[in-house]
Amino acid sequence: MTSTKTKQRMPFFLVSPSVLLLLMWMIIPLSMTIYFSTISYNLLYPDNTGFVGLENFAFFMDDPGFLPGMMNTGLLVGSTLLITTVLGVLISVLVNRPFWGRGIVRIMLISPFFIMPTVNALVWKNLLLHPVSGVFAAVWSFFGAQPVDWLTEYPLTSIIMIVSWQWLPFAILILMTALQSLDQEQQEAARLDGASPFAIFRYLTLPHLSRPIAVVVMIETIFLLSIFAEIFTTTGGGPGYETTNLAYLIYSQALLQFDVGLASAGGLIAVLLANVAAFFLVRMVGKNMTDA
Amino acid sequence: MISLKNKEFVNTVIIGVLSWLVALLIFFPILWMFLTSFKTEIDAFATPPSLFFTPTLENYTLINERSDYWHFAWNSVVTSLGSTFIGMLIAIPAAYSMAFFETKRTKSTLLWMLSTKMLPAVGVLVPIYLLFKDFGLLDTKTGLIIIFTLVNLPIMVWMSYTYFKEIPKEILEAGRMDGANVVQEIFKILLPMSKGGLAATVLLSLIFSWNEAFWSLNLTAFEAAPLSALVASYSSPEGLFWAKLSAVSTLACAPILIFGWLCQKQLVRGLSFGAVK
Repeated sequence: MTSTKTKQRMPFFLVSPSVLLLLMWMIIPLSMTIYFSTISYNLLYPDNTGFVGLENFAFFMDDPGFLPGMMNTGLLVGSTLLITTVLGVLISVLVNRPFWGRGIVRIMLISPFFIMPTVNALVWKNLLLHPVSGVFAAVWSFFGAQPVDWLTEYPLTSIIMIVSWQWLPFAILILMTALQSLDQEQQEAARLDGASPFAIFRYLTLPHLSRPIAVVVMIETIFLLSIFAEIFTTTGGGPGYETTNLAYLIYSQALLQFDVGLASAGGLIAVLLANVAAFFLVRMVGKNMTDA
Repeated sequence: MISLKNKEFVNTVIIGVLSWLVALLIFFPILWMFLTSFKTEIDAFATPPSLFFTPTLENYTLINERSDYWHFAWNSVVTSLGSTFIGMLIAIPAAYSMAFFETKRTKSTLLWMLSTKMLPAVGVLVPIYLLFKDFGLLDTKTGLIIIFTLVNLPIMVWMSYTYFKEIPKEILEAGRMDGANVVQEIFKILLPMSKGGLAATVLLSLIFSWNEAFWSLNLTAFEAAPLSALVASYSSPEGLFWAKLSAVSTLACAPILIFGWLCQKQLVRGLSFGAVK
């Protein structure tokens, strides 16, 4: 009797460490964030304490960085998603057929994904976008144009370029793999029936890629919502608030201005935002993913 | 017929050339970083950028003097290996149980685990920072290992789960008939049968921990700072430093880049949480 009972419980015992740890990881800090967000808590003014209700939220939303932060978060996520999925589809379709050196091409295409974000940001800032010695400046001069000081004149565009360069390989990697399971005979048949390459792409390839694209969008969104290192190492959120996203704004309030209450309120807003995004995304692809 | 074949050939050539161009363009920043790391600072700063130069290894020796490279590299190695090892230790039993003793709740548990990845790190930065301060974990390798383990645990469970799912239940049942207990079942049957997949899981976790920047930057100063934090310390320029920056970046990225190349096919499954194989 006891042995059957332990056998029934065994699977439960094996799962529980993971579940408990993740539960703690979720609940403890989050409840602390909720608590901090309702009190006055600034490490610089330890005497100033007490319950303040929703004041921190009001202050956070009144912060001059709040609206730009929201806008920049949206722009950064939206543009990067658009760039990486569109280019990702085009490039993965391009390299889908055999040609000389395809293996090396694949490796080159996916490499940026493995570069750490701080390296990525600094290489772009100093070696590529630098207005004097950068490669872009050299190319601009070569064509007789005035070199652009990218991070000062187009800061958000530069950040989007940097982040897209990092995440495009992710899209390519996923979509390239997904394309390999596309029915070649069906494509061949369509071609023999006189379908144009565009029609094949539109009616065979694209529908086949819809699910992998959804996966790419979902996972990229998770990571892009909290882009931090790329901003931290290049612009530090500036000039002004031009490249401050929500993650960076909260960081600057918590660890630069030491306002725990305010930063916690901001943190909760970020959590809320991520949850709204996640809710729709999981709806969209979550079911597919467990069917696998 | 011949013209059709010719057309096919021309198409392949065009596609090949175009693909190579795109790939070189995307790979260029990495190549450029690699080349710059062998230039002198004067060459690195030259306008227009110099394509031909006498390679030098002096940057690689200099960065170790300037910033104690091996201290940071060791921190990266310890935190990535440590968190991956502990994570796998916790994830494998969970994945085993979910793959072979599926209940009504298994799928929702898996999705819930995925959802913990959606909790933005900034949302819990303040409490984690304060907890770390109270427990003396700030700027310690133990602290980073704890965070990396928790952050990567969902991916490790998901990935192992999808690999275990492919093993027929009958094989495990046969083992059980022969008197194998759970531990033997996992070690003697399950792990050997899924070692390719588990290796990919380990590599992915190593890559993520190695490259992690948010927590590394916010929770460490020097003692436990990994390579991603060292590289970030190069963000404030000190005179001519492009070549040294490139050298330190190359060293920081090379091992992970090679890992990534080696297991690119298996990585897809982990990166897509099993949705794309």
